[in-house]
Amino acid sequence: MIKLLKNLMKSPMFVVGIAIFILSLLIAIFGPVFYNVDINARDIVAGPYAPSSSEHLLGTDHLGRDYVSLLIAGLRSSLYVGLIAGIIATTIGVFIGLFGGFRGGWIDEVLNMGTNLFIVIPQFVILVLISSAVKEGRSLTLIGLIIGLTSWSWSARSVRAQASSLRSRDHIALAKMNGDGNLKILIKHVLPYLLSYVFMVFIMQVSSGILSEASISMIGLGPLDSTSLGIILNQAKDNGALSDSIWIAFLPATLVITLTVFALYLINTSMEGVFNPRLRK
Amino acid sequence: MLKQYPTLRYVLQKGFWYFLTFIVAIAINFALPRLGENNPVDIVMGKAAQGLSPEEAMQKKETLLKAFGMAELDDQGKVIYDTIPEVDANGKAVLDENSKQKMVPQPRLSSGISQFFVYVKNVFHGDFGLSYSQYPKPVIEIIKESLPWTLLIQAPTIILGWIFGNLLGAFAAYKRGIFDKVFFPVAMFLNGIPYFVFGMLLVALFSVTLGWFPAMNAYGMDVIPGFNWAFFKSVGYFYVLPFFSCFPILLSGQATGMRSMAIYELGTDYMKYAKWLGLREGKIISYVFRNAMLPQLTGLAQSLGAMVGGALITEMIFSYPGLGMAMLTAIQQNDYATIQGCTLMISTCVLLANFLVDILIAVFDPRVKAGLQMGGK
Repeated sequence: MIKLLKNLMKSPMFVVGIAIFILSLLIAIFGPVFYNVDINARDIVAGPYAPSSSEHLLGTDHLGRDYVSLLIAGLRSSLYVGLIAGIIATTIGVFIGLFGGFRGGWIDEVLNMGTNLFIVIPQFVILVLISSAVKEGRSLTLIGLIIGLTSWSWSARSVRAQASSLRSRDHIALAKMNGDGNLKILIKHVLPYLLSYVFMVFIMQVSSGILSEASISMIGLGPLDSTSLGIILNQAKDNGALSDSIWIAFLPATLVITLTVFALYLINTSMEGVFNPRLRK
Repeated sequence: MLKQYPTLRYVLQKGFWYFLTFIVAIAINFALPRLGENNPVDIVMGKAAQGLSPEEAMQKKETLLKAFGMAELDDQGKVIYDTIPEVDANGKAVLDENSKQKMVPQPRLSSGISQFFVYVKNVFHGDFGLSYSQYPKPVIEIIKESLPWTLLIQAPTIILGWIFGNLLGAFAAYKRGIFDKVFFPVAMFLNGIPYFVFGMLLVALFSVTLGWFPAMNAYGMDVIPGFNWAFFKSVGYFYVLPFFSCFPILLSGQATGMRSMAIYELGTDYMKYAKWLGLREGKIISYVFRNAMLPQLTGLAQSLGAMVGGALITEMIFSYPGLGMAMLTAIQQNDYATIQGCTLMISTCVLLANFLVDILIAVFDPRVKAGLQMGGK
């Protein structure tokens, strides 16, 4: 494990990625401690779309709210949704993929068919249908839950591929001969091989969760109880920030989304490089 | 059966599978909105019943219930009514003058299953119900107006993005060195940007600040839509920004995938052998490309849904009159029938595109031709 981490730390991509991600986590968690401005307070003196000042580092939004504090709150919500969605999607995906891939037979066929259904039917469609059906109760947690429940399919597929290739390995056969139960084999002899893989799947699920939330908020079906990065962008667009070229009302939010997702991509790609030596030169 | 035609057999199996998936997609489209206690008729009634007398409203409701296939009909095709105690908003029974419980007629709703069959039947007849915000315009009309624009944006971006992304990715993998060192991080970075965010940046830069391209709509106000040169020119001009807000990101996604695939291929023994033989660069790349292309095609099939979803939101940035925009308008006005129509249309298109990709795979994959890869997915 430590050796693995050492290997990873040699990759500049990994270092940059993890640094950006940890920084964004720290800002999301501890940001309000250092930069404590109420996100709901409207500064009437400064007014809407005020330029940056000592009072408002990045100015104000269309309602005269402090933009930096909105960004921090938005980042926090986006990461929260991403993590919830990531945990749920990875758990379901790993469970279905592992179980199906390892068991094989008709159970595998059925699970695989279900997985393929959810790969082909666009997640976006399901998200729109559910979020427009639950009108009032659309909380941040619920959005995370919905995204998680609808995005597990490709994790399941890739974990299944890995698990079914492991099934025919010698050490599994030995464990079977030893009389070990299926569950024990799965936990002791299959999962350890897949751990790094599962972690990569999780990272990709988190980043796709963040993007899904931003998309759904962008079309006005986002959470009603909090500010997320997607909501900031949606409001900036709806209030003419684009057509009046008020860059500061959307550029920082776009950068924060992009950087966070980019960091996760970097971590994922560098891990792929370490686990798949051929990609290293 | 069909043993001697493995490719045809494969395609037919896939086709059957996609047909089943389509039915599931219809079921999802039917069931999900009903989770949120949204009775489509009640929603439409809120709008349609305005200014109608109670009798007229009842008549209207009957028509709508029949149209949605939600009413239980008797032998003569008439709606069956039950008499039930009337309740007020708090769920308390309403009493009449004699302080007895007041009874009101209520149309009997048919079971969920039979409603579903009516829904499926309607869908196959191209009947997606009536729009509620543009009542009584049929949803199918809205879809007919917006689908071509969506296809105009999506088909070229996806196809060109796939082709050029794969070429660039293979090239970067083969060349490595400085090209790869610059290209790869840029592609990775672009890969993480949502289409609509990139679209916003393009609008702000090229439209608002520089004023080179228009930021809204699909053609100018000064041209008449139709088969004329001025209209095409205008469409082309308005097409630039929406196209480039999707294309580079799509390209990057494909390129990074192809790059790792090609690096893997290049490390294989047959590649080393080819190099030792002194084969031309172009020849080597073409081998790599061919072998890495199949997984990339499968990858395309898997990510089509995400691509389409992303591009639909891009339409909203540009107020491009496609399905995404129609859906946004419908969402803002709680126009459920239109939302449902659009989502079903999107699912259908994605399924069809997937089927096309699978046919391509069948054509290009020698294993299918040899009858080695059978059925399933």
